[in-house]
Amino acid sequence: MGKILKRPKGFFETFDRKPGTDQRVTHYCPGCGHGRVHKLLAEAMEELEVIDRSIFISPVGCSVFGFYYFNCGNIQAAHGRAPAVATAASRSNPDSIVICYQGDGDLAAIGTAEILHAANRGENMTVIFVNNAIYGMTGGQMAPTTLEGQITATTPLGRDLANEGYPMRMAEIISQLHAPVYVAREAVSDVKSVMKAKRSIRKAMQSQKDHKGFSFVEILATCPTGWKLDPIESIQYIEKEMKEQFPIKVFKDVISEREPKAKHYPSTKKEDIFAAVNLVENVDLFPRDQEFIDNFSEQRFRIAGFGGQGVLMAGTTLAYLAMEHGLETTWLPSYGPEMRGGTANCHVILSNKKIGAPMVETPNVLIALNLPSYDQFEPLLESGGLILVNSSIIERENKRDDVTTLRIPMNEIAESCGVRAAANMAALSAYLTYSKLMKIDRLVTLIKHNFKKRDLIDKNIAVIEKASEYVTKHYL
Amino acid sequence: MFKEFIKGNEAIAKAAALAGCTQYYGYPITPSSEIIHAVADYFPKFGGTFVQAESEVAAINMAFGAAACGKRVMTASSSPGISLKQEGVSYLAGAELPCVIIDIMRAGPGLGNIWPEQGDYHQIVKGGGHGNYKTIVLAPNSPQEMCDFTILAFELAEKYRGPVYVLSDAYTGQVMEPVIFPDEVKKEKRQDWAIYGDKESSGNVVYSIQMNTVEQEKVNLRLDKKYREIEKCEARYEEYLVDDAEMIVVSYGISSRIAHSAVDSLREEGFKVGMFTPKTLWPYPVNRLKQLSEKCRSFAVLELSNGQMVEDVRLTVEGKRPVDFYGRMGGAIPSQEEVIGVFKDFYNKY
Repeated sequence: MGKILKRPKGFFETFDRKPGTDQRVTHYCPGCGHGRVHKLLAEAMEELEVIDRSIFISPVGCSVFGFYYFNCGNIQAAHGRAPAVATAASRSNPDSIVICYQGDGDLAAIGTAEILHAANRGENMTVIFVNNAIYGMTGGQMAPTTLEGQITATTPLGRDLANEGYPMRMAEIISQLHAPVYVAREAVSDVKSVMKAKRSIRKAMQSQKDHKGFSFVEILATCPTGWKLDPIESIQYIEKEMKEQFPIKVFKDVISEREPKAKHYPSTKKEDIFAAVNLVENVDLFPRDQEFIDNFSEQRFRIAGFGGQGVLMAGTTLAYLAMEHGLETTWLPSYGPEMRGGTANCHVILSNKKIGAPMVETPNVLIALNLPSYDQFEPLLESGGLILVNSSIIERENKRDDVTTLRIPMNEIAESCGVRAAANMAALSAYLTYSKLMKIDRLVTLIKHNFKKRDLIDKNIAVIEKASEYVTKHYL
Repeated sequence: MFKEFIKGNEAIAKAAALAGCTQYYGYPITPSSEIIHAVADYFPKFGGTFVQAESEVAAINMAFGAAACGKRVMTASSSPGISLKQEGVSYLAGAELPCVIIDIMRAGPGLGNIWPEQGDYHQIVKGGGHGNYKTIVLAPNSPQEMCDFTILAFELAEKYRGPVYVLSDAYTGQVMEPVIFPDEVKKEKRQDWAIYGDKESSGNVVYSIQMNTVEQEKVNLRLDKKYREIEKCEARYEEYLVDDAEMIVVSYGISSRIAHSAVDSLREEGFKVGMFTPKTLWPYPVNRLKQLSEKCRSFAVLELSNGQMVEDVRLTVEGKRPVDFYGRMGGAIPSQEEVIGVFKDFYNKY
């Protein structure tokens, strides 16, 4: 007798977190199915020796107070979000046993996305889905699993399939996904079904202990208060009505076929993290020249052209060059839908003082790699500014007489060196050569240091040299 | 030195890893997506956790789960995504869980567009979720501050046990500038309240439900006490040329960069203008702003919004000085000429 009444160690000895006067009993109504399911879980925790490793996720609904009872780590989740919370709990503690406990409103209505995707990712967790076909705590409203014709607070004339849709069979739906290893529906209506439900719960938790992934045990449970039936009638309701709609069955069991999932533990070593985020100690490419910095006059660029002409990279290269010379610099790209029209442009500022707005409204340098860019930005240029035009594909003459316009056949120069995509390098080289801001060997040094496509470095350097020669010959 | 020429959004991802963040849960949305792209690349390489969640709601609730387990966790999104996350933010505040949330603001309401705006001030600073809670809000205006404030956000989130926002915008996320990263990785500490799935932590519980009105009010009062402490200790700001300023421009984030250029130009023309840039939007740096209101003649507030932060300036100044406002919306950025003209008009009014 004493053995039968023994409280499983998965429960607290007394429920001290529960307010009120009697800390020995649960808050559930007489005849409620939750108490039985709780007990099966507490027993399974004890039998599998995982009480300390267990993390119980309580949902919103009658079982929101799971943490009153389970003698393990407890997290109470937002409505429907238990599988999301459980996902992170499981990944945070790969050796834990995560029990994601949900009711029908929580799992099958407001949390439909969370349960499907946690299942589909095969998260290492055990989901206990208590299906009593009604919202208990909130006051007896319709659940997604409410039966046809069932009277609830929000279906006072009975569930009308034409208006409210059909009872959702969640175990069947989940079993269609590849990742879950075990999907079953049980009931806790009589001794036999309780024993069977216990085996299912144990199986799911053992599988989780073996790190096999996602298990789902749906349990048909009574809600005498919500159903407005007495406990005995409620049991009959499960047997006669619910089981018709929700057959008791193991829908999927591939536990033995699946390999355990890998466990991940993050490194805390500095070198691992610096390597992972690609942070490398800087080398000074050029000696600091304070006189150069002090005498530098602000350069505000717009660089524009077709996507694929290296517009954005021309900008970052310039900015990088400035940074390596100890200057302040910003680069702002066009992005998103703006890019999808096939044109790209960027704003670049090089300065010897702190830069305010990174937007370049009145550039003093324009690099126009195609005609639309030339048309769009030529009018914006500051009087006395400099325009570098890609004369390979821009035929028209300049409209502005108050700015200097250099016509450089950037595509031809690039193509003649065997690297068509390097028109941007021709532009930069032409700019540096004409403005005499920096020697082009600084650009070459930077390219050698930064360029990701190592096999194209020599060809790019050839482009830089050729463009520089072109400017010297025609404009200096 | 670890100096890199880098986008604001990418700087956030690197900074998070250096801050000891090992978990990221997120959903892609322009113009914040460089963060999720970078994290997806970096985190698995050191054994960290990255999950592309099925929704913003799931992402913030995953972050809730990781935070409950004592992990340093981050999520990021942009305005419409943040609206969806607000449920989870309220739960994080209620359960007192540390979590870093990045908002790279875009234009709204509704789907709006992907251009920069500062229309989320109310939903972030005043609390977009339900209930009586506050979140620390850091407002960077450069990639360097994206890095520094992300690291600071983890520190403050853990110190005060609550969600901390880094509130930025499309341009500060997209712009590339030199950033100096710290030469160290912060270590996660074991928290005595967290759930580790072991014997030592098995008595712990994370929840935000109190059925009893007396107990719920006790929670509210405890949180309030914490918020007063934060207001006292954590207000941050920057100021520029305020000593002799007749008019002080108040702005944050990308607006403060625009204002900076305008203030420099106005100074060259002889206008005595200065700048006050809050770096925490909550707690708002009220004490210093009050002091400044004793000295200057008026304030001018510049925002990419219909006038949201200006309410905090007016509350602080309490009618003692006029507070003028200029804002642009829809992703439109005011030109320098426009801002200078508006500031001159404001200046000459008094």
